[in-house]
Amino acid sequence: MTTQPAATTGGAAVDVGGVAAQRGPSDAKAARRERLAVLAHSKTFIAGSVILGIWIFCAIFGYVIAPYDPLKTDPINALLAPSSSHLFGTDTLGRDVFSRVIVGARDILIVAPLATLLGTVLGTALGLITGYFRGPVDDILSRIIDTFLAVPVVIVGLLALVALGPSKLTVIIVIGIVFTPVIARTVRAAVLSERDLEYVAAARLRNEKTRYILFAEILPNVLGPVIVEFTVRLGYAIFTIATLSFLGFGIQPPAPDWGLQIFEHYGLISGGYWWPVVFPALAIASLVVGVNLVSDGLSQAFER
Amino acid sequence: MARFIGKRLALGLITLFLLSIFVFFGSQVLPGDVGRRVLGPFATPGAVKALNHQLGTDRSVISQYLSWIGGFLHGDLGKSVTGQSVSGIVGPALLKSAALALLAFIIVVPLAIAGGVFAALHEGRLSDRFISVGGLSATSVPDFVWAVLLILVFALWIGVLPATAQAPPGAGFFTQVEYLILPALCLVFVLFGYIARMARAGTIEALDADYSRTALIKGLPYRSVVFKHVLRNSLLPTIAVVATQVGYLIGGLVAIELVFNYQGIGQALFRAAQQKDFPVLESAVLIVGIVYLVATLLADIAYSVLNPRIRYGSET
Repeated sequence: MTTQPAATTGGAAVDVGGVAAQRGPSDAKAARRERLAVLAHSKTFIAGSVILGIWIFCAIFGYVIAPYDPLKTDPINALLAPSSSHLFGTDTLGRDVFSRVIVGARDILIVAPLATLLGTVLGTALGLITGYFRGPVDDILSRIIDTFLAVPVVIVGLLALVALGPSKLTVIIVIGIVFTPVIARTVRAAVLSERDLEYVAAARLRNEKTRYILFAEILPNVLGPVIVEFTVRLGYAIFTIATLSFLGFGIQPPAPDWGLQIFEHYGLISGGYWWPVVFPALAIASLVVGVNLVSDGLSQAFER
Repeated sequence: MARFIGKRLALGLITLFLLSIFVFFGSQVLPGDVGRRVLGPFATPGAVKALNHQLGTDRSVISQYLSWIGGFLHGDLGKSVTGQSVSGIVGPALLKSAALALLAFIIVVPLAIAGGVFAALHEGRLSDRFISVGGLSATSVPDFVWAVLLILVFALWIGVLPATAQAPPGAGFFTQVEYLILPALCLVFVLFGYIARMARAGTIEALDADYSRTALIKGLPYRSVVFKHVLRNSLLPTIAVVATQVGYLIGGLVAIELVFNYQGIGQALFRAAQQKDFPVLESAVLIVGIVYLVATLLADIAYSVLNPRIRYGSET
């Protein structure tokens, strides 16, 4: 679809390839130092890192800092409003909402990054292959990718989880596979601008194996977009997994998952019981905003 | 031009064909037989067999696929496992989703374009960072989180809007719109960032272009350069992003429709998935795919009509 005239790409290849060939290890180190300097001065990146850091801390030490057992029910003290003994109040089963919000960071921060990692690994491999080979392989895989993108991610995930049954492992696998086409498309675009450069041609002339050219030559040069894509997708993964949990097909009760907590209590809002819903909602919101601020900072650093 | 549209159309049809195969055969490889899955473990073998025969699930997979897709092409979507006609479930749901999507677009598109252009004209300043980072953050928050927060603020604390999207039966047009404002507002928060970002990027690029510089150098006032030269070009990329969001609005709003109790296509899909109602599920997924592909096709055509460069680029 977006085949460019060969002459233009070839012409550009000579210039950029020349620069790439001269780039030594010390230049790469300088570029990395420059990126770190950009990140250290980016207010959004720092703010995002702080938010993300707090939630990671809660995920690791949640059970230690939580004032109550997040799973312990106490029907007599159900639906207590926030007070000094229960900072965020209690839910319908008398469980402490504050403890459940803190401990709830763990599942989402295990499932979402693993799912994103799976999708990034598969998508990068697929993007390298489709972008490098072009031709029929690319055409066929691109059609399949288009097919998956034609249906909303939530629906594809929902259908797969209905079929496989929800568990943490199936959520990781399903979300990983659902994200693969999108990541593949981004990586493919990056590979398309690399594949005609001189260092790839040189590797081909040296008779290197295709696997070596793809993963040892091209991959390091598209790592920037891959890292940025990982953080962007991590935000979407949290979005999608929280939605699936909210629909009952993600993380299962009685786990103190945020989406699940909102699902269990959103019907009570109109009765004035806002606290079991609002605090998990704010937790999800702050986590995704934190991830997005980090990814915004990273993409600015890599674009320079 | 005709060739460009024909090519896009052909690719779209191939995608739809693949989607129909994935959807149909995907539901075939699931464990167990359909009749048993619908009726549950305690149904008699005879009842299971009868239901399988009635649904046609005792025939070969290929012949089932052909009769399903044949019926689909003739506008006959078959019957759900509960005996209702599938088009009777999917049709009204699609209309409801379209109504909500339309209201959301009417609010968010002008707002986001104004925000994006404003940010671009103030590039790098605090107002730009506020719109860009704020929009991005709002976009990343799940729609149902916006839904519960907005219900709390507008329906309970301020008490100006209803907490459900389902207007009472026989309600007039404006009452129905009033009931849709809160769900549409959630979508405004989710979509603003995407659209504003495209409008901002397009405007910055157009401001940098030679024709803008020429217009400024020849002495045109900045204001008329922005309104006459820049905007027209900067809004092109916005068309594409609006079209891709149609795919999310028609079918992807499962959680929002659940919170507001709105019987849109997302709810229909969700209920069908919960009840393992495969005739509804298969047709609804295919229709959602068709809506998305038609929207992106129209956007591609609009884009190429307004911007001849893309047409030449794609035909070489």
